[in-house]
Amino acid sequence: MSQAALAHTDEITPEVVAEHGLSEEEYALAKQIMGRAPNLLELGIFSVMWSEHCSYKSSKKWLKTLPTDGPQVIQGPGENAGVVDIGEGLAAVFKIESHNHPSFIEPYQGAATGVGGILRDVFTMGARPVMNLNALRFGAPEHPKTRHLLAGVVAGIGGYGNCVGVPTVGGEVNFDPAYNGNILVNAMTVGVAPANRIFYSRAAGAGNPVVYVGSKTGRDGIHGATMASAEFDEASEEKRPTVQVGDPFTEKLLIEACLELMATDAIVAIQDMGAAGLTSSSFEMASKGGMGVELDLDRVPMREEGMTPYELMLSESQERMLMVLQPGREELARSIFEKWDLDFAIIGRLTESGRMVLRWHGEVVGDLPIDPLAEASPEYDRPHSQREAPAPLAASDVPDVEDLGATLVKLLGSPDLCSRRWVWEQYDHMVMADTLGSGRPGGDAALVRVHGTGRGIAASTDCTPRYCLADPVEGGKQAVAEGYRNLSASGATPLAVTNNLNFGNPEKPEIMAQLVGAVQGMGEACRALETPVVSGNVSLYNETDGRAINPTPVIGSVGLIEDVAKAVGIAFAAEGETLLLIGGDEATEGHLGQSLYLRDILGRAEGAPPAVDLAAEKRTGGFVRDQITGGCITACHDISDGGLIVALAEMALAGRMGCTLDLPASPSHWAAWAFGEGQGRYLATCATPDGVIAAASEAGIRCMLLGRTGGDSLKVADWAPISLSGLRAAHEGWMPRYMAATA
Amino acid sequence: MGLRSAVIVFPGSNCDRDVAVALEQSTGQAPAMVWHKESDFPEVDLMVLPGGFSYGDYLRCGAMAVHSPVTREVKRRAEAGVPTLGICNGFQVLTEMGLLPGALLRNADLDFVCRDVHLRVENTQTLFTHRYASDQPIRIPVAHHDGNYYADETTLDALADNGQIAFRYVDEEGEVTSGANPNGSLKNIAGVFNASKTVLGLMPHPERLSDPQLGGNDGRPLFDGLVEALQ
Amino acid sequence: MKAKVHVTLKPGVLDPQGKAVEGALAALGFAGVESVRQGKFLEIELAGDDRDAAERQVAEMCEKLLANTVIEKYDVEIGD
Repeated sequence: MSQAALAHTDEITPEVVAEHGLSEEEYALAKQIMGRAPNLLELGIFSVMWSEHCSYKSSKKWLKTLPTDGPQVIQGPGENAGVVDIGEGLAAVFKIESHNHPSFIEPYQGAATGVGGILRDVFTMGARPVMNLNALRFGAPEHPKTRHLLAGVVAGIGGYGNCVGVPTVGGEVNFDPAYNGNILVNAMTVGVAPANRIFYSRAAGAGNPVVYVGSKTGRDGIHGATMASAEFDEASEEKRPTVQVGDPFTEKLLIEACLELMATDAIVAIQDMGAAGLTSSSFEMASKGGMGVELDLDRVPMREEGMTPYELMLSESQERMLMVLQPGREELARSIFEKWDLDFAIIGRLTESGRMVLRWHGEVVGDLPIDPLAEASPEYDRPHSQREAPAPLAASDVPDVEDLGATLVKLLGSPDLCSRRWVWEQYDHMVMADTLGSGRPGGDAALVRVHGTGRGIAASTDCTPRYCLADPVEGGKQAVAEGYRNLSASGATPLAVTNNLNFGNPEKPEIMAQLVGAVQGMGEACRALETPVVSGNVSLYNETDGRAINPTPVIGSVGLIEDVAKAVGIAFAAEGETLLLIGGDEATEGHLGQSLYLRDILGRAEGAPPAVDLAAEKRTGGFVRDQITGGCITACHDISDGGLIVALAEMALAGRMGCTLDLPASPSHWAAWAFGEGQGRYLATCATPDGVIAAASEAGIRCMLLGRTGGDSLKVADWAPISLSGLRAAHEGWMPRYMAATA
Repeated sequence: MGLRSAVIVFPGSNCDRDVAVALEQSTGQAPAMVWHKESDFPEVDLMVLPGGFSYGDYLRCGAMAVHSPVTREVKRRAEAGVPTLGICNGFQVLTEMGLLPGALLRNADLDFVCRDVHLRVENTQTLFTHRYASDQPIRIPVAHHDGNYYADETTLDALADNGQIAFRYVDEEGEVTSGANPNGSLKNIAGVFNASKTVLGLMPHPERLSDPQLGGNDGRPLFDGLVEALQ
Repeated sequence: MKAKVHVTLKPGVLDPQGKAVEGALAALGFAGVESVRQGKFLEIELAGDDRDAAERQVAEMCEKLLANTVIEKYDVEIGD
């Protein structure tokens, strides 16, 4: 073994092993696989490949229970992103991924590189990214860090997405003290590719060149904990930023260069260098193809002097890709990357040895068996406690409203329900000139036309963590159902989902129970609604000082509308139209357990979350879509957080006109009627309601006349008219006011 | 033969395709896409510098694009009278090139802003704007971080006197108000012409609302008007 | 040799970032901050040892690229 490697081998103490995040058992297994003690470089590779992030060791057992297949699925989990058929020979390629911890440390760069990473996952597969979404959770507004984190994350998402030129069209933002020490930044990208030109990461062809493209490698993001050896002093610590810095300009060039190369026949396999950089990309490509790989690490383009093989293999520098090329296509590829002023280097080749051999100026500095390491990747069945479903809370146990209008103003002006305009106006949501007028931010689903066609992709990110905390199974179902409704309310047929499972420490049985429950609920919902999970990401250990975040299993939903001209938004379209309530029944009506009314007006978090009737969701969603695409509905909005009257107010504000409700009878409990969060319900407007009502009756779906659009206030029974201007001031006012204030 | 146009593509341009679609819709033929490394390109009737982040806008918006090989040729032709349109980053590049007066500073509230704005067309007697009416505000979006128009007093006066102010940010009623100004631009200026009105730079994106499905069509008369004027 | 270049907005040109910093400093209780102007700082490593030539060269860089003299001014300092 060479000097370079030997310099590290004597440093493998139990402390070094522990700092690499490996348990004693895992290290023993590593030695067994190697047939000797690994050197530091090799240990680093084990550490990365067996990390929670790469191996899914705590969640794998449960992820396997999710449905992943369907006639629309071209590629399920296991690749860089999932792929579904959207007709006309095209496919939608999408995934959601977390960048929680980096965003808490440095919100701008953390969020920006999160966007960069998920974009790469998508264009790696041959797709041009066409929409970005996100799901953000922050601590309580009054927490001293929240304002700074929110400002930084939003600026970072915008800074990256705007520059790359992919519209950021949707997302969600929540506040809760549970995220005070652990914010969540989940980023999602949807791309479009020819269905028969999808690129995969499976390496093939012994002797084929392994090529590195993109930015140079620096010392970004190498885990601080691994710096135990004496040669790393304070000065080198300074050189080693643990926060990666994003370069969206290079990413833009990388997208164009990769797509240009993908139009040729040069690429055998391609993989982005994301978390764990060169290690996981080269390892996964070889492993999937049953190949070996040899890398000459001294050929890797380097940003800094004096970099070691260890650093090169573990760096998380951004905007880099690894490819296997067809032999003889190196010069073609090189010319394309040079045109775009990007680095291009042949750093190795595939072999049939089944081993990863790493060289440094000709000398072997690492040599690991690929399959045994991948197959021995740990999988745990962590204990999870049994949970009792919370007792339901009867509406009769909840005080009614004294003033409907004042309560609505208060809720619409609350942190969780106020307008997110301050956020999405910082995102370029129109670049690429395919964002539909009805699908801009602020509605149910984001809608983007598939370029050059009349089709549209609808997408939405959803999760209600307070439901998941109270009942993970119902909460998991609800996240899927809400995404399903959001797409359906725009007229799009849900096709598939991607999930981002954000939880605390899985070694705690009560946290593991949240994960198990949420995955169970998700699985049930995805099966019933025929929206398989085609990609996803797991983020565990979201805890600070022993305090875990709320369970936050985010669902990113993707759907298709075949004729974008048929899509509708949430805005009231015209005066004098009929307002309908579609879906739900006596049982779902008036559910106040875990509602925002209960939490934000009464200060209580009690009861069971609303139950999700999956069969009813499917039936009602299909009915609503048919009515929309049949041209019978002019605006539609699903009822979720805040209940019926909040949904109504959002439609009125978006359409800049009010409405008058004519209720057949006064509800017995106004708060339950107005603010209950019963699932499976939509509000819709139509010019002529008779056909919709008749069709609903035939389909066995409840469809009630609620009133008519018009005027400049919400008029509900005998309550004083609620003026739109007052609602708008409350709705639009909170966030700009909050962000303008100094801590 | 229809209007021949060219879109100049810098590394980091990201509205090149968007404006090409709008041009093709109005002219009936696809524009030539001219890569910044080219020092010459076919004769055209119209040159367009698109939006985006040329060179990442890392030094100063538009500054580095000035030194691209293609820019010298663009400048030569623009000075010879070939109509030239710069949108957003293209506007920034045109000011950096010295083809248009003034400069674009960081938005007054420091945030990137993407929203529909209303514009009043201040001079409707040009190649670019003759399809618009001066008393009818138009609605098209802005999307920028550095759109805060600045010029010294003398320049501003000269712009006003020579009819070089193309667009101003106004409210829905067409009034110039501070509330309607998305970025702090002096005199609510959203776009300016050169002295001969053959070069137009504007921060808003007419190409993004040139299709009713996208929520509006007020950008289209600019492209249709160019076709009519230049044919 | 190392050239240090400061590029700042000219007096009279609105500097929203500087204003924001000024406001933040006041909010943090720093009294007596009369104004803040922000700008860019560049370090340029130069070959050779002719300081006058270096100064001329860097000034030209500023005129051509580093500063937009419509709105910005620059200061060049040549060090070792």
